[in-house]
This record gives sequence, C-alpha cells and structure tokens, in this order.
Amino acid sequence: MTFSINPAESPDDSDMNVSNPLHPGEPGELAEVIALPTGLPVGKPRSMFQLGVEVFVQNRLAIVGVVVLVLAIAFCFLGPLVYPTDQVNVNLAIVDLPPGPGHPLGTDAAGYDQLGRMMVGGQTSLVVGFAAAAIATVIGTLWGAIAGFFGGVIDGFMMRIVDAILSIPILFLLLFLVTIVQPSVPVMIFVLGLTAWLIPARLVRGESLTIRVREYVQAVTVMGGSSWRSVLRHIMPNVIGTVIVNATFQVADAILLVAYLGYLGLGIAPPATDWGGMLSDGTQNLFTNYWWLIYPPGLAIIIVVVAVNLVGDGLRDSVEVRLQRR
Amino acid sequence: MPLLEIRGLSTDIRLSRSTVHALDEVSLTVEAGETLGLVGESGSGKTMTALSIERLLPSGGDIVGGEIWFDGVDLAAASEQSMRSIRGGDIGMIFQDPMTSLNPVQTIGEQVGEPLVLHRGMSGSAVHTAVRDMFELVGLPSTERSLNTYPHQMSGGQRQRVMIAMALICEPKLLIADEPTTALDVTVQKQILELIDRLRVERNMAMILVTHDLGVIAGRADRVSVMYAGKIAEMASTTTLFAWPRHRYTEALFEALPERAAGTGMELYSIPGLPPDLVSPPPACRFAPRCRFAIDRCRTIVPDMEAVPDDSLTEPGSVQEFACFVPCTGPLLSADELVARHELDARPVDVADRAWVAPTTEVPEDGVTLLRTEDLVKDFPVTAGAITRRRVGAISAVAGVSISIGRGQTLGLVGESGCGKTTLGRLVVGLEKPSSGSVLFRGRRVQMLRGAEAREGRRNIQFMFQDSYASLDPRMRVRSVLREPLEIQHVGNSRDRNKRVDELLDAVGLPRSAAERYPHEFSGGQRQRIGLARALALQPALIVADEPVSALDVSIQAQVLNLMKELQRDRELAYLFISHDLSVVRYLSDMIAVMYLGKLVEIGPAADVYARPQHHYTRGLIDTIPIADPAAERAKARLGVRGELPSAMNPPSGCRFRTRCPAAQEICARIEPPLQVGGGGIRPHPLPTSSGPASHLVACHFPLNTEAVVHKTGRKGS
Repeated sequence: MTFSINPAESPDDSDMNVSNPLHPGEPGELAEVIALPTGLPVGKPRSMFQLGVEVFVQNRLAIVGVVVLVLAIAFCFLGPLVYPTDQVNVNLAIVDLPPGPGHPLGTDAAGYDQLGRMMVGGQTSLVVGFAAAAIATVIGTLWGAIAGFFGGVIDGFMMRIVDAILSIPILFLLLFLVTIVQPSVPVMIFVLGLTAWLIPARLVRGESLTIRVREYVQAVTVMGGSSWRSVLRHIMPNVIGTVIVNATFQVADAILLVAYLGYLGLGIAPPATDWGGMLSDGTQNLFTNYWWLIYPPGLAIIIVVVAVNLVGDGLRDSVEVRLQRR
Repeated sequence: MPLLEIRGLSTDIRLSRSTVHALDEVSLTVEAGETLGLVGESGSGKTMTALSIERLLPSGGDIVGGEIWFDGVDLAAASEQSMRSIRGGDIGMIFQDPMTSLNPVQTIGEQVGEPLVLHRGMSGSAVHTAVRDMFELVGLPSTERSLNTYPHQMSGGQRQRVMIAMALICEPKLLIADEPTTALDVTVQKQILELIDRLRVERNMAMILVTHDLGVIAGRADRVSVMYAGKIAEMASTTTLFAWPRHRYTEALFEALPERAAGTGMELYSIPGLPPDLVSPPPACRFAPRCRFAIDRCRTIVPDMEAVPDDSLTEPGSVQEFACFVPCTGPLLSADELVARHELDARPVDVADRAWVAPTTEVPEDGVTLLRTEDLVKDFPVTAGAITRRRVGAISAVAGVSISIGRGQTLGLVGESGCGKTTLGRLVVGLEKPSSGSVLFRGRRVQMLRGAEAREGRRNIQFMFQDSYASLDPRMRVRSVLREPLEIQHVGNSRDRNKRVDELLDAVGLPRSAAERYPHEFSGGQRQRIGLARALALQPALIVADEPVSALDVSIQAQVLNLMKELQRDRELAYLFISHDLSVVRYLSDMIAVMYLGKLVEIGPAADVYARPQHHYTRGLIDTIPIADPAAERAKARLGVRGELPSAMNPPSGCRFRTRCPAAQEICARIEPPLQVGGGGIRPHPLPTSSGPASHLVACHFPLNTEAVVHKTGRKGS
C-alpha cells in the first residue's frame, strides 16, 4: 500500500483504483489506503476567547450576574444624574421620613434622601471593591509567580511571609489600620488591597509550580528556549484564567469587608458613606420600624456580592473551556 | 443453557445536548467455565458492555433495549436491590486501575473481607480466615501484617492481586475483567493473567476478558467477540479468529499489529481515519467509512450476522459469526508470505528530493558517530526532612550506560518501567544533567556548550513526548506551537515560519487548516502528529521518542509508526525510540538496547537480539510479551520473567538481574558482568572484535547459547 502524505486534497474514491497488495487476487474496486486522519475538527476555527464567551453565555446564572452588576453600576453612577439629591447638607426638618412622595425610599436620621444615599454609598462600595480587588490581584499574582518560578530558597522565604500575614486575622488587622489612619476611599482601597493579596499569591504560586513541570514547558527547554520564554509564553497565559476567576471573588470579598468596616462604624467618614455604613446607621433604628433604613443597603450588599460570585463561577467554567468536548 | 446470554442489548448515554448510542443490539453468550474475550479499540463499547451487565453505567447511561439473562434472571429488568446482591456476589469484577479501585484509608484485609460481610452475612473470625485463605490463593503473603497494610504500601501488581482476591472471595460464577493488566508492566501482566486463569480453572468460573490487546486474548480466551463502534463485528473461537478472521475490521486490526511486519521494513497497514462518533453513527455498516473493501451495499444496508461453521471444532456445531458483506476470502497471510509480497512492491527511496533539509543541520557522511553516550550515570538523591533536606540515599536511575546511534539509524530502548530508559532519553536531550559521564553529539560534549552555541546545539536533538496532550500548550493554536521552535532559534522571518508550518503539517499528514486549531480539538493520534511536527521543525538529526505510541489504539499506532518510518527514510533522521513494547521497538529499530534497573544488559542488531537473545532478562521479556497468535502464546505459557523489579535505591550487588534470574549463581552476586561480545566474566584480555558498531553485546556471566526463541509471529491458515 502506498503511504500518501498529501493531505491538501481530501481523499476521493473515484481516482483511487489501486489494488490491495495484501490481497491482490481479490475482486472489487479497492480504495487506496490513505493514512490521512479524517475526523478532524469541523467548523470555523474559533479562538480561546470566542469559545470561552460561548460557554459563558450558556451559563444562565452567570448572565444574570452580569446583568445585575451592570444594573447596579448604572444605578450608582448614572442614577444621581436622573435623580439628583442633596447628600451634603443635613436637613433636620425631614428626618426619618417613611417612603412617600418626593422621597421614594424615605429619609434617614440626618435628613438625607435614602434612595440618593443608596447611590452615593454604592459608589463607594463598588469603587473600593473593584479597586481593592485589582490591587490585591496584581500584587498577589506577581508575588506568587515570582515565588513559583524561582522556587527554592526564594519561594520558601516569600511564602513564609505570606503565611505569617495570613496568621493574623484580617479583620483585626483592618481595625488596627483604620484606627491609625483616617478612613477615606483611597485609604480603604489601599488597606483592603494590601491585606487581600495573600490568597491570589498562594493560588498563583501553586499553579505556576505545577505548570513549570508540565511537558510543554519542558519542550521549550528542549528547543533551546530561555526560562523567561517559558514564564511569559506558557506559564503566564495558563495561570491567567485562575487569576481572573479569583479576581471576581476578590471583588465580592472586598465589598463585604468595606461593609464590615462600615457596619463597625470604622468606614468612610460622613457625609460620605457606603452600604455597610448605611446599614450600621439603620440598625440603630432596628426597633423603630424604620425598615427603609435597613433593607435597601442590606439587600444591595447581598445582591451585588451574589452577582459577582455568579460571574466568577461562569468565568471559571469558560476559562476551563479546553476541558470540554466541543 | 448458557450462564450469561445477552440479547439485543442497546445502551444509551445521555449528554447535556446529545445522546451517545454506546451499544447497539449487542448479543453474546458465555457458557459456564468459559472465557470470552471482548476486544476492540477505545470507544468500541467493550467496557460499556461489561458495565451494562453489572448495571453500573455512568450517569446518564441507560439500558434502552434488550435482555441480559444471567443464571435465569434478566439483569436488565432486575430491581436495584437484587442487582446489589449479584454484584460482587455472583458476578465479580476486576477494574483496570487497582490504585483508584481500592479505598486508600482501609486496610486491604478489611476491603477483601467486605463482600463476605455484605453478601454472605459472615463476621469476625470466619471472615478473617476466609481472607487469609484467599490471600494465599492469589499469591499474597497471608500473614497478619499483610492483612493490615494499606493499598499505597503495595506495588501495582500486588494491588491487582488484592483486586482479584476481592472479586473472587464470594466465589462468583462469572468474573468480568476489564483491562485487568493494562496499567501494569508486561512482566507483571503475565503473572496476573496466569493467576486469573489458574483461579478460573480451579473454580470453574466463566470469565469475560475485556481488553484492547489481541496478544492477551490469544493466550487466554476460548472464544472472542470483536467489537466496533458499539456493535459486535465478529465472534468466533480464538483459534479460528486468529487464523482466518472474516470481518474486514478484524483483518485490518491484525494487519496493523507491528509484530507482523517486524524485520520486513514494510509499512504497517493503518486503518485510515478515526472510529465514528456514536452520537450519530454511520447508517449502515459502521466500519464502512474506513474500510478499503467497502461496496455500495455496505453504506446503505446494515449487515446481518452471518454464520459459517467454525472448523476449529472446539464444540460440535459451533459457528463463526460476522457482520460483513465482503468477508475475507482466505486466511491471514503469515509473516513469511508478507515478506515475499513486500519484496515485489518495495518502493525505491527517493533521495533526490532533499531541498527541504536545510544545510544547517545536514549531517555529513563522514563516519563520525551521530550520538554517543559514555558511562552515563544519573542518581536522584533521596532526601528526608522538610527543611534540612538530609540526603538519605540515592536512586540509581542510570548506571554507566554507553550507547551510540549512527546517522539515520534507530536505536530501540526497552525495559520495564523504572529501568531508567526514560531518564536516559531525558539525559540525551538535556532535560536532566548527568551525575557523571557525558553525551557526545558528533564527538562534541553537549554539556560543555554554552550560550548561543548551546542554544544552537539544542536544534540537533529533539524530544517527542509520550503524552501528546500534556506536551502541547492548551492555550496555543497549532500554528504558534509549531512556530515556537523556529522563533526560539531565530529561523527565518515571520513569512518563512508560516510557510514552514504549512510544510510541517503536510509532512505529518495533517491539513494546513489544522494550524488555526487548538490541541484539544484533535484526537490522540492527530496530537501525536503535531508533536512529531514540532520535533521536526528544527530539522534535528536525532529525535528521542519516549513511548510515542503507547497511549494510542492499534490502528492509530500504526499510522504514527508508519509516519515516523517514512520521515526517517526521507530525511535520514535517527531515532532513540523508547518503549516497553518489544514488538513496536522491533518493528522500528535497527539496534535494540535492553535496560534493567539502570544498566544496559544487552545491545545488538534488532533481528539478532530478538531472535537470539543472550541475556536471561531479554529472553524473559520476549517470552512475556503477549503475541497475537494462540499457538505461540500457549507454547510459551510457562516462560517469562518472574517477580517484580527491585528498588533502585539499593540495587542488588553484582549483576542487578540476579534476584529474578533463573540461572543466577554465587558469582553473579559478587562480580558485575561486563558488557561484551558473548558475555561471560571479566576477561584479562578482552576480545578484539567487540568494538564494531553492529556487534551483539551482553552483560551476563552465563549467557544463553544462541538458539532461537519460541516465537512465531506468522499465522498459518487452518
């Protein structure tokens, strides 16, 4: 039989009328045997990104998460344009009004319109949440990547630092820091970012340790490539999926931490506020039936955090797209 | 009445958006005390048949039609409760991987006894005694201590013995062994198969032996069912099937076996294409799209089972059944006949077309050996303590190995897992640094090169990995994968590189459009082609191939082997071909080197080593490897290597093989035999003839005299 390696044309039975050398006496029109692997992937080639988007779009809950997040962002940042309120001057004439005309969600103890305050507070929560997560992810990824790539003593030293910081309760550390410095949005971002990077650092370090010994990284060595090439072209792209997914969870965590601090009265100084701080103020009225001061910020925190987590779950599935049969 | 009768069994597996028709109208019978072999490639439905009998289908799996009559009960319709008493009771099962099938936190004594507690209501000392008896039967030490060991403390072979003990303790009437030895080494495989066989005869059990390995079937099964794409293709007694298969698929499987073409230098028959997707299988004969004999009828009508009298006369009235419109008209050709035919249509090697080979890596024909290793040693330190890292010993992976490979040659390296063959390959390509000794490429020490020279030097020796999936970056398109070596070595500009990618894909038989795909979109064989293309990108003189086909099915394996051979011929490539499979090595190699526990025990021309092995280990290996020939399999039933590989941390003194050697004497423990022509002890004046490149060297005090081994790869018609 002939071993054809001319795959440019697909095998066409009509022009292959070669007898079978193993059974030359046998009748019948025998197709030439071509070692061309059929069963190749069909359809248009799609990029990793396209495949990822496809998987993500199929996850209904993730889509719900995205929609909720977009709505929340629009509410906080575009809302004040549609519904302008005075969030600076205290107006004691309209303290603790229940929802009604002019104040759809009532007013709080300082006479601020509650709906407008939800928007302003949400801005703080979201900005701090996203920015802190970004800082934590960048620091953590670099730290973990360096530890994982170089290994040995460097790895041991860097990871022991992480272990040491992790052994301090985060909330305790935050309380300590915000009592020294006056809390403001940049300070909050900085403080939260500096404490939250530990988790991505460990994650990325573990990932890069396993990827470093994968065969496709070894193959680079065989081809004569440098270790920087392995790091930049192979390890980084394969870690980035994990990093993105973790970043979404970091956002949720940061929003919650801002809420904790606000709730403990150590959040942003008035007249600025955040959802956690609003909730804290509201609980002073827990037994006075001023429900409009408690439920809106509480629900907002829950809904946004759940939405971010849903998006994270969806992203995790879509970055693992190569594991799926399609 | 047969013990097990399956009638028209169909099994579906529902996926999220489609349904896989895993089994379609499968019918077979197993008589009491009989062994039925179930062969097929991966995805053919052989495991699914076994799981359907046990009703242990994966989630989404359902029996949608047919009956499974076992001992008067229809298992397809039985309640879950009655199934529970049958599983592990009347039907025992042995799985492929004993590590994942055993519970790691329970002692093996408890696990083996569990079926007795569940099915026989036994307890306490009765269970204990039964377990100890069972341990003795399966060849495990029956001491109190061994009952209390955990699975991780045992070797793979021992774990499989535990699995067998567990499957047999309730004295089942039927044993289903699903690839029982695929995860084990060949030497252990033989011992386990013998054990299963012996116990089966002693207890008059029936057995279904599920495997992809025709050699395993040849020696063990009474009757064979060949499955393809969820249907039974052919069913016959073993002797008949191996002598005169009727179905074209069975015939193609046999022709794809490398041992049939060993030493002839001819190409293997490779079944083109891939098995069909069982979501929407071909409408008529499922093999038709890949069959070289298919006629129009094959593509339009489903072939029925046809029966012809089975003339091996195992039982009066037995028949050979097959579902094929164009069955084979004569028995399989023997190896000799194949050779004769091959000489008729030998293809002249086309040397003129060399434009592709770039001048940078062209190896001049000046007699300098392409690759030589000199006394290569690699020890891996074993350390204790998390921080102090005390060195408590060393694993001697490679111990003083000297080999040489000439231009355009293939050196096959064989041995059990753990013998150091992979480490040797990694030393050659520079993935490991030798503890001592050196690797010389065209007379220059590879370790001594520095900087740009070292990078350039890397071009000449490339590596082909075993796991084609793990060796390709999942986030890179094939184009980037193939361009990478060129970018690293700064070969050409961007357009040249793209052109080279096209050429490489052509060379390995993939369409150019494959460049825009990701590795996961390809099948195993196709990925292995991509791996080969990457290794070829830099036009190396030598490719170290580490088990490149061991993860592939027979038909796909043949495609890759043919391709490797073709490329070698066209480009004068040299291969260091590492494999545990002697028949594959024999097919591809000019020279064979046999390693045992880090030492080279025998090296010589392939045909010579295979036909007249001089070391007892080589001989044992050859006898151990299952051959797809029932007669040969029975002839060497009592031969082969016994025992398991000793620890490489404290290798035996003197000759490392002496602990398992049938001819070992006191001198073997004291003095290590040198590797020389004709073997024997240390001679004051070595024979002058030993330096020739093609001489047959052996390291043994008492080498085997040069008589031919019992093996015949050819089958004569019955």
